Amino acid sequence: MDRVAIVGIGQTKIEASKERQNYPEMVYEAVKLALEDAGVGMDEVDNVVTTSNDFWDGRTISCMPVGGVSGAFDKNISGVEGDGTFGAFYATCRTLSGSYGSTLVTAHGKGSESRSIAPMITNAAFDPVLARSLGLDMTTACALQARKYMQRYGITEEECAQVSVKNHGNALDNPNAQSPMKITVEDVMKSEKIAEPLKALDVSPISDGACCLILANEERAKKFRTKPVWLKGVSFCADAFQLGDRDLSECKPLEQAAAKAYRMAGITDPRKEIDVAEICDAFTYQELMWTEGLGFCKKGEGGKLVTSGATAKDGDIPVNPSGGLLSGHVAIAAGMYRMIEAVRQIRGEAGGMQVKEGVKTALAHGVNGLCGQSHCVWILGSE
Amino acid sequence: MGKRAAIIGTGQTYCKSIRRDVNGQELINEAVTRALQDAELTIDDIDGVVIGNMDHFEGINYVDCWSIDGSGGYMKPTMKLCTGGTTGTTLGIGGYHMVASGMFDKLLVIGWEKNSESDTTGAIVTATDPILDRGVMAGALAGLAIEASEYAAAYGATSKDAARVSVRDRKHACNNPYAHLRKEVTIEEVLSSPVISDPLRLLDMCPRTDGACAVIYANEDVAEKLCPQPAWVVGTSNRHCYSRFADIKGQTGMLSLTTAAKELWAKTGVKEPLKEIDVMEMYQPYSWGGLIWFEDMGFCKKGEGPKYIWDGVTDMGGECPVNPSGGVISTNPIGATGLIRCAEIAGQIMGKAGDRQVPDVELALATGFGGCFWSDMILYSKNKPA
Repeated sequence: MDRVAIVGIGQTKIEASKERQNYPEMVYEAVKLALEDAGVGMDEVDNVVTTSNDFWDGRTISCMPVGGVSGAFDKNISGVEGDGTFGAFYATCRTLSGSYGSTLVTAHGKGSESRSIAPMITNAAFDPVLARSLGLDMTTACALQARKYMQRYGITEEECAQVSVKNHGNALDNPNAQSPMKITVEDVMKSEKIAEPLKALDVSPISDGACCLILANEERAKKFRTKPVWLKGVSFCADAFQLGDRDLSECKPLEQAAAKAYRMAGITDPRKEIDVAEICDAFTYQELMWTEGLGFCKKGEGGKLVTSGATAKDGDIPVNPSGGLLSGHVAIAAGMYRMIEAVRQIRGEAGGMQVKEGVKTALAHGVNGLCGQSHCVWILGSE
Repeated sequence: MGKRAAIIGTGQTYCKSIRRDVNGQELINEAVTRALQDAELTIDDIDGVVIGNMDHFEGINYVDCWSIDGSGGYMKPTMKLCTGGTTGTTLGIGGYHMVASGMFDKLLVIGWEKNSESDTTGAIVTATDPILDRGVMAGALAGLAIEASEYAAAYGATSKDAARVSVRDRKHACNNPYAHLRKEVTIEEVLSSPVISDPLRLLDMCPRTDGACAVIYANEDVAEKLCPQPAWVVGTSNRHCYSRFADIKGQTGMLSLTTAAKELWAKTGVKEPLKEIDVMEMYQPYSWGGLIWFEDMGFCKKGEGPKYIWDGVTDMGGECPVNPSGGVISTNPIGATGLIRCAEIAGQIMGKAGDRQVPDVELALATGFGGCFWSDMILYSKNKPA
C-alpha cells in the first residue's frame, strides 16, 4: 500500500457564535488556512471531500453550500456524513486508490444556529417508534452511560471532574479554544446539574467552527512545503444501535478500532509508544472510558489514570493538551480538530500546548452516534 | 498505486410508493440479504459497510449508526456518504475507492430511501440557500423546468420529443420486476398528463419510491475468486460545480456532466461513446434529461438528441440502449437511485439482467444526477482493466 501524509492543516477559532460568518464562510476560512499552511494553491489539490450533517446544518444536502468554498468547482468531489475523522478516512482512501495524488477534506459545524433545538437533533437519532418519545437526547443518554460506567467500576464524580479541570486548564494555552478556564474540582461539583450525574462543567459546549486537512500520497507529499505527518494506522468500528442491546459501560468498538489501528501502525504498547492523544471528551466520563478503551490503562482505571496526573500535559500519556471538546465542541468537525492538534504536536508547532520536543507518534479519535456507538482511531507519526 | 476493483454482487428490493410491510432497517436488510445471496457470501465475509440516504427524507439522524440492525454493520467499520440525489453514485464511486485503496477487500455498499416517511418536497426545499435561492428555486422541479425551457428555446426541441423518452423508459420498466411503475404509456398520454411545472408534465417525471439497493465491491485480490464475472470499474468522474441554483449557467448544457464526461473519456480512452458503450443506466429523473444530457456526454451533437431518440438508438435492441431497467422515471428511492444504476450495470455485465438483458455487454456506463445540477459517472467493464 502507498503511504499517505497530512501536508496541510487549517482551523478556525472555535467560538460560541460566529455571528459574522455563515457556515460556508467558516469553511472557506479553514480551506484558505490549510492552503496557506501547505504553501500551495488549489491547483495542487486533485479532489475534495466535505464532511457535514443535514440535521446540524438545518439543510438537506448540507454538503451543497461547501463544495464551492472548498475549491471543488471543477474537481471531483464527494461528501461524508459523520464525524470529521470519517471524512478524513474516505479522503485517505481516495488518495490511496491511485485516482488522486492529493485530497482536501473539510468538516464544519455551526452549532449556534441549531443550539436551541440540539436536543431534538440528537433525539432524532433514536428509534422513532421505540425510544424517541421517551425524550432521550445525546445528553440524557450519555448520563445513563455515565451512571452505568461509574457504578460498574466505582468511578466517582470527583474523578470525572478532574477531566474538566485538566482540559479547561489546558485550553488556556490554546488560542483557538472556546472556553479556557482555571477551575477546581469543587467548581465542577457545584456547577448546575444537567442530567444526573452530569453537571454543566462535565458537558462540552455547542460550538461554531470549521477545519480542513490536505492529504497527499508519498510522491506528491514532496511538493508541499510542510514536513509531512504520516498516517501510520487507522480503523473504525460500530456497536449495536439500540441502547438496550449494548452494555453501555463498555466500549468494544473503540477497543477493536484501536487494536486494528495499533496493528497497522506496529504499536504493541500504546501507553509507552504514543506520545500524545487528542480524543473526543464530549463528557468528562467519556475521556475516562475512552482512555481505557484505547488501552492507556486497565478497564475501570480511567479515574485513577487522570488522578495520577498521567494524562496531564506533562504526564506520561498526555490526553487533550488542546483542551479537547470540553473547551470547544464543533459537532461533526470535532474529530478533525483532534487530528489537526495531533499534527501540530508532531510538527512541534503546538506552542503552549506542546507536550514535549520530538513528538513522534500521536493519536486522534472521533466518535459517531450516541454514547460512543462508533469510533474512529488515527495514529499519526513523524516518520 | 491502488488496486483494481469490481462489483461482485448486487441486491435490490421490490419498490413501491409505500412499503408498509417493512420499516427502514428491514427494507435495508432486504437489499443486503439479496446482495449477499447474489455474491454467495455471508455478512461475516464483509470487511466494512458504507450506507447512504438523505437524512430528512426519513427524519433519522446518524443513519450509519441507526441502520446497523439492517445493514449488518455490527462491530464492523461503518460510515455514511451523502450528496443528495447523487448519493447513490457517490456510494458507487466511494465503494470503488475504498476497496481500490486496499483498506478493504470486500465492502458492502447500501443506498436506501423510504420516501413515504416524509414530505419529499418539504424536505428538499431546505437544500436551497435560505436567502438567495429558496424563494424562487426551492424543490426539485423548478430547476429542471428551467433547463427544459432553455433547451427547447435553444434547439427547438418539443414536449413531444421529451415524451418519447418517457415512453421508452416506461416500456423498459415492464421488463424489470424491481421497478416501481410498470405500465406502458403513449406519447399522447404523456402530452395530456397534468402540467406540474411548465413545460414538465406528470408523466415526464420520476415518482418517489420506497426501496433499497446493495452492492458488494471487491478488489483484485479476491474479486475473481469470488465471482465468475466481476463488473470492473474502469474509471469514475464527477463534478458538483455549483453551490447555488442562482449561479447556474444554462443553455449550453449541464456544465457538471459535460466536464465530467470529458474527463472520464480522456481517462479511460473512450473516443466515441455511442459506438463503444454497450448500455447505459442514466440517472434521468425527467424525460428531457434523456435528450439534453445524452448530448452533454457526447453521445451525439448538441441539438441532435431528439433525432437519436426517435430513431430508437437508445431503445432495447438499439445501438446503445439507455435504461433497460426503466430508469429513474420508473423507480426513484432517492438515496438508492444512483446505486441502482450501478447494480443494473453490474447485472448487465454479469449477464444476470433477466428480461432486460442487453446482449454482449462489455463496456457500460452508470450516471448520477442531483444536488445543484451535479453529475457523477462510473464506467464499468467486463474486462479487468490493464
